[in-house]
Amino acid sequence: MRWSIPAAALVGALLLPNTPLLADGRSEAQAQVNFGIEVARRGLWREAIYRWERAVQIDPAYAEAYNDLGVAYEHEGQLEKARKAYEKALELDPKNPQIRQNYDLFKEINDRASAANKEKP
Amino acid sequence: MTEQAPRTRKSRRILGATLGAVAAATVLACGPTTYEIPIETPIQPKLDLSAFQRVLIAGFVAGGTSDVDTNQETVRLLRSQLRSKSSLRVIDADALSLLEVAQDQSKGAAEPKAAAEPVGEAAKGDSSGPASRPAATGERTPTALPQQIKEEKDLEPYERLFANTAYWKQLGEEYQNPLIVTGTVLFTSHSRSGFVSRDVEQFDSLGRRRVVPVRTYMERTGFILRPKFIFIDGRTGATMYSESYREEVLYNASQTTPALSSYFELMDRLVPNFLSALSTQKIRGTRVLLK
Repeated sequence: MRWSIPAAALVGALLLPNTPLLADGRSEAQAQVNFGIEVARRGLWREAIYRWERAVQIDPAYAEAYNDLGVAYEHEGQLEKARKAYEKALELDPKNPQIRQNYDLFKEINDRASAANKEKP
Repeated sequence: MTEQAPRTRKSRRILGATLGAVAAATVLACGPTTYEIPIETPIQPKLDLSAFQRVLIAGFVAGGTSDVDTNQETVRLLRSQLRSKSSLRVIDADALSLLEVAQDQSKGAAEPKAAAEPVGEAAKGDSSGPASRPAATGERTPTALPQQIKEEKDLEPYERLFANTAYWKQLGEEYQNPLIVTGTVLFTSHSRSGFVSRDVEQFDSLGRRRVVPVRTYMERTGFILRPKFIFIDGRTGATMYSESYREEVLYNASQTTPALSSYFELMDRLVPNFLSALSTQKIRGTRVLLK
C-alpha cells in the first residue's frame, strides 16, 4: 500500500487536465494563450496576435492575454493598440508587477514615438 | 474502537493521495507561467520621405574650435551613416562652404549693384530669389554676418540662408530634387571647475574593501557640440523639419584628448536621433509573456 500515494498522484496528474471540469471559457482561452506563447517564441508574432485576440474574445477578463497582446502589438510597431491592450491588462489586474513593468517599458518607447510624431511637419 | 483505527488510517491515506494528485496535476499542467522574450519595436521616421530616393548632405555653417574642420567631418560622418542605415541613395558631392555662400548672398542683398552677379553655383540664372534680389526701399538691411563663428549668437544671422528657398530650390534642381540636409554645427572647447563626486576604494583595518563617494575639487576641460540639422525639400527649397541638439564632454584637465576624437564621441550620441528623422529605428528590449 506504500506505493498508493505516488501512484494516485501520477494517475491524477495524467487525468486531471483532460477532465471536462476545466473545459470552460478560461481553459479554452488559456490554450490559445499557450499556443500564442509557443509561436511568439519562434518569432511568429502575427500568429501569436491571432491566438491572443481569440483568447480575449473567449475570455474578456483574461489580463495575461491582454498583456501578451500588448507585447505583440509593440513588437509589430502598432503602438496605439499596444497601449490599449496593456491598459486593459492593468485594469483587469492592477497589482500584477509584470504587466506594470511591461507597460512602463512600453511607455518609454511610446513617449519617444509620440514626441517624434508631434514634431512631424 | 480497535476496528476504527485502520479505517481512519486508510481514509487519511486516500485523502493524502488525492491532495498529492491535485498538487502533481497543478505542477504538470501549469509549468512556468512567465516567459521573458526579446522584442524589437519599430519606430517610424519623423519625416515622410516617400517622395525622395536620394539625399544630399549639402554642408553646414560650422564654427567653434579650429582644431576640427567641423563642416567636412559632419558631412562625411552623416553620409557614411546614411549609406549604411537608410534606404536613401547618398549623393557624392563636394561639401558646400555655406559660410561663403551666406556671405556672398549677404553682399548681394546689401549692395543693389551687385545684385546681377551670380552668387555661388546655385544662383545661376536666378534673379527672383533672395540670393540675388536687391534690397527693396525701406527693407531692413540684414545684420552683417560674422566672418568667424565663435559662439552661438554668431550663428543667428546665418539663419536667413536656410530661409532662402530660391537658393535651395536651385541647388535641388542641380541634383534632381533630392532631400537636402544642411544646418549649423558649433563645436567649442570649454572648461569647468568645481566639486565632483567620485567613488574611491577604501580598506578598513580588517582589510575589507568598500567604495565611498568623495567630493573633490577638479578642473576639467572638454568640448560642447551644438548641431542643428535642417531638412529641406529639394523640389521647393522649403524647410521640412529641423532639430537642434546639445552634447558636452568633460575630461580631467590633466588628460589630453584630441578635439577630433571628442567630436566623434559627441556625434556618436547624436547620430541615432539624426537617423530617426529619416529611417525606421528598431528599439530592442525584453518583455514578459504571461500564461
